[in-house]
Amino acid sequence: MTSVLDHPAAEVAPAKKKKKNSSHNFSGSDRVTLGAFVGFPTLLHVLFVWIPAVGTILLSFTFWDGIGGLKSIKWVGFTNYRQIFTLDDNLPVAIRNNILWLAVFALIASPLGIILAYYIDKNLKGTQVYQTSFYLPLVISLAVTGIIWDNIVRTDGVLNSLLGNTNADTAISWMGDPHKNIWVVLVIASWRHIGYVMLLYLAGMKSVDASLREASAIDGATEWYTFRRVIIPSLRPVNVIIVVITVIESLRAFDLVFILNRGTNGLQTLGVLVYQNIQGESARIGWGAAYATLLFLICLGPIMVYLYQNFSKGND
Amino acid sequence: MVTGEKSKTGARIAVGVLSVFSLIWVAPILFTILQSFRPFADVVSKGVMSWPNHLTFENYTHAFVQSRMWLFFLNSCEVAVPAVVITLFLASMIAFVLSRYESRFSVPLLMLFTAGNLLPPQLLFIPLYRIFLKIHVPHFINSNGVLYDTQLGLILVHVAIQVGFATFVLTNYLRTIPKEISESALVDGANVWNHFFRIILPLLRPALASLGVLMTTWIYNDFFWAVVLLKTGNKRPITAALSNLQGEFNTDYNLLAAGACMAFIPTLLVFFAMRKHFVAGLTLGSTKG
Repeated sequence: MTSVLDHPAAEVAPAKKKKKNSSHNFSGSDRVTLGAFVGFPTLLHVLFVWIPAVGTILLSFTFWDGIGGLKSIKWVGFTNYRQIFTLDDNLPVAIRNNILWLAVFALIASPLGIILAYYIDKNLKGTQVYQTSFYLPLVISLAVTGIIWDNIVRTDGVLNSLLGNTNADTAISWMGDPHKNIWVVLVIASWRHIGYVMLLYLAGMKSVDASLREASAIDGATEWYTFRRVIIPSLRPVNVIIVVITVIESLRAFDLVFILNRGTNGLQTLGVLVYQNIQGESARIGWGAAYATLLFLICLGPIMVYLYQNFSKGND
Repeated sequence: MVTGEKSKTGARIAVGVLSVFSLIWVAPILFTILQSFRPFADVVSKGVMSWPNHLTFENYTHAFVQSRMWLFFLNSCEVAVPAVVITLFLASMIAFVLSRYESRFSVPLLMLFTAGNLLPPQLLFIPLYRIFLKIHVPHFINSNGVLYDTQLGLILVHVAIQVGFATFVLTNYLRTIPKEISESALVDGANVWNHFFRIILPLLRPALASLGVLMTTWIYNDFFWAVVLLKTGNKRPITAALSNLQGEFNTDYNLLAAGACMAFIPTLLVFFAMRKHFVAGLTLGSTKG
């Protein structure tokens, strides 16, 4: 059994062969109870999640200033998409940032988290201390994370101080420079992501059958080889989850850049552009909706992978 | 596990790597805590890295009293606690039906909840914002008479989104528990209502504890929905209030540090007190953070 989670809930039981439903003989009040138990949560979820989601996709094909009523909405086809790709200078920056975010998470942060999990799994002296320090960023909100790191990266902050740039003229403006600030943000985001991946991987590794390792060790494999060739491949569900959260988290990026400089001046992301086009007097709902739909289309890939992983029959 | 000369050097390398990383990880947090106890004037005149020879609680009293962090903290609790309780209750109900009375709708419904939870929040908020402006509420809830800019609205959105994740986790959890446990009760003639409250809810307790700890942290830490759905400064939860105060504090980073500490210390305490639950919660379904 190769479940990610050392918790039984992790294993999604494949849908059991359908029992003859007619075997349930419900009384009237039981029917009402069942209906309410399913109806309330479903209604709430559909009303406040799925209907708005579909609404946004529809709005992306319309023009609406957001001031007039629903009747003032005009159908404009793909105009919004054409416009954001040709007229909005923010889009290339946002796409670059989201791609960079994804690349750094996928190529650096996630592998680093997995390597840390490998070391922590050895149960060395002080392992609890190490684990706790990596978990801490997960407990802290991204908004507060931004404030914590601002101490380090602001012009008169710790980093410049350590580099000896205490003079206001020579101090490097880490956040003010649109070519540098995204890298700073990626370091901060990784600070959080690495711990997350480590936590998930560690839980997964604890569920690996000990005999698998022993067999590999008897075959004369080194620990590192066993880890790469035996353990990692056996953790398919965890690997899928890590791919999914890596992609989704890097696309959702909003809080951190918003708290640092409202997502402007080189820190635009798709998530921020949605917000910026909705707010204020010159709201362009259609543009905002088009950005949101783009975001959704990119997220669709990992969502499908995740659903397939959990709901396709016959996987372990 | 570690045996032999070779693995001893390996272990030493591992300890080295882990210690260095851990230190890098906690340094920004410890530094912020230290800053929160230093007077601003002291830091301005001597620099951030100067030796702190004067520590004070002033930043905290200022943040607590003048900046009313206590109010914002209470706002956060007023949203997080009801939202978590309602989410867990609703999710338990539907998870119970999906796992105990399977029908051809069970899997599609569960997929709907699972996928809904993974949608980017930005995809939802434009229509939600408009819908909330249209939904009327009694004046004792909001003096404007609409759902927008109310904590109730914020709670509803959190519940609607999180119920997706909780349902996914709880259904899978219940599926691992043998149905025979229920059957004895059904033989005794318990109806659906009693089956749920007397048998299923108690069985769910461990999963609910882990999910509860995790979701409280998530909702308490939420920033996006608070910024988008609340306008009145006084109603904001602590995370959003901090960003509001950031401008005012522009020159006083030490006060801001104290505010940040007041925002994250409660979550750290919860984490240290209930670490097992927190970690279990994250690994239960592990789709977000």
